[in-house]
Amino acid sequence: MAEVAAVSMDAVAEFCLRLGDDRLILGHRLSEWCGHGPILEEDIALANVALDLLGQANRALELAAEAEARGRSADDLAFFRETVQFRNIQLVELPRGDFAFTIARQFFFDAFSVHLMDALQQSTHAGVAELAAKAVKEERYHIRHSAEWMVKLGDGTEESRARLQSAVNELWRFTGEMFQGDRWDEEAGAAGIAPEAAGPAALKSKWDEVVNDVFARATLTRPADEFFVRGGRGGLHTEHLGHLLAEMQIVARSHPGAKW
Amino acid sequence: MIAGGDILDLLREVKDPEVPALDVVELGIVRAVTRSGASVRVDITPTYSGCPALKTIQDDIIATLASHGYSEVEVTTVYFPAWTTDWLSAEAKEKLRAYGIAPPHTVVAEPLVMLERARKAVQCPFCGSSSTEEKSEFGSTACKAIHFCNGCHQPFDSFKSL
Repeated sequence: MAEVAAVSMDAVAEFCLRLGDDRLILGHRLSEWCGHGPILEEDIALANVALDLLGQANRALELAAEAEARGRSADDLAFFRETVQFRNIQLVELPRGDFAFTIARQFFFDAFSVHLMDALQQSTHAGVAELAAKAVKEERYHIRHSAEWMVKLGDGTEESRARLQSAVNELWRFTGEMFQGDRWDEEAGAAGIAPEAAGPAALKSKWDEVVNDVFARATLTRPADEFFVRGGRGGLHTEHLGHLLAEMQIVARSHPGAKW
Repeated sequence: MIAGGDILDLLREVKDPEVPALDVVELGIVRAVTRSGASVRVDITPTYSGCPALKTIQDDIIATLASHGYSEVEVTTVYFPAWTTDWLSAEAKEKLRAYGIAPPHTVVAEPLVMLERARKAVQCPFCGSSSTEEKSEFGSTACKAIHFCNGCHQPFDSFKSL
């Protein structure tokens, strides 16, 4: 921790909250497929990916709780914050849609996350670097899984291709939020919590490379960059997040302090 | 090899709840054992970030050591270096095979984003055939993948190389 002594703990807390919230919310959305997957192998695969993301989220929220030093635990952050206090991008909170929608959203996130985690291994914050070193191993097979399905569905039947292209078109405006950057990103960058390779500009070009490659293999059309939503990082969310939180938080809020 | 003397030997009684063919020491998740006076600290590392067995393993470690007279036991989770299947010994890999799970290969360096990969065939743990196919990189637990053997026409699990 000596290296980050000069950095405000707020910057560390904010950075870790964002890491944690993206993965917590996406992990929860994926877990909704458990028992509903189109085939057994996919049911298992999506539950596995969800579990990895929840594990990563748990560690990131522990680091956030430690940095903010307000006596809250990772569980408190997950279950006792309100919608406006969540820092995830809106992409991850959208309802799961059909299988094509879930896969397209996952692919967009995985292509971002694998490069983010790879770069964060060089973070000056020991906890973040350690989390990333573990997570990047998991992100490698997450991206392979979602990219494989992008190609199968995109270069598949007329029906699967149409559904996937429509999901891509619908999701495109939510992809900009991964690379927008704000003052917290600048502070994290300046402090080396997020090295340059984990900054918005560097991540965007690596993301484009993966997306263009997979779109070509999947015979998909890349939508034009027109309007991109923003606001999730600042607590502005779609109405869908509130519904998700109601379900996710109900047990913890009904029985505060309960253990099993 | 982790130093831990007799405590490490006791920890060999704690099995991985998801793969009971292996104990937690063989699995490579026990990273350190520290004694100070009557108290013992055991550092363990998760196999996968979301491994749901971690809590059970912590409880089992505490219960096992308590049954041997160690009442002050603290189990802490460490995250670095990240767990790898390369920490499984040849003996542990053979135990997996005998249990019906194809053991992991030695981890090889791969590009960060590798959308298609040609890998060494996984040998069927039942008949030994190398004519096998990976059906899914995800299996009944985070650490396993689903395969099918063309030799004996049976599905089987393999322990993923990580």
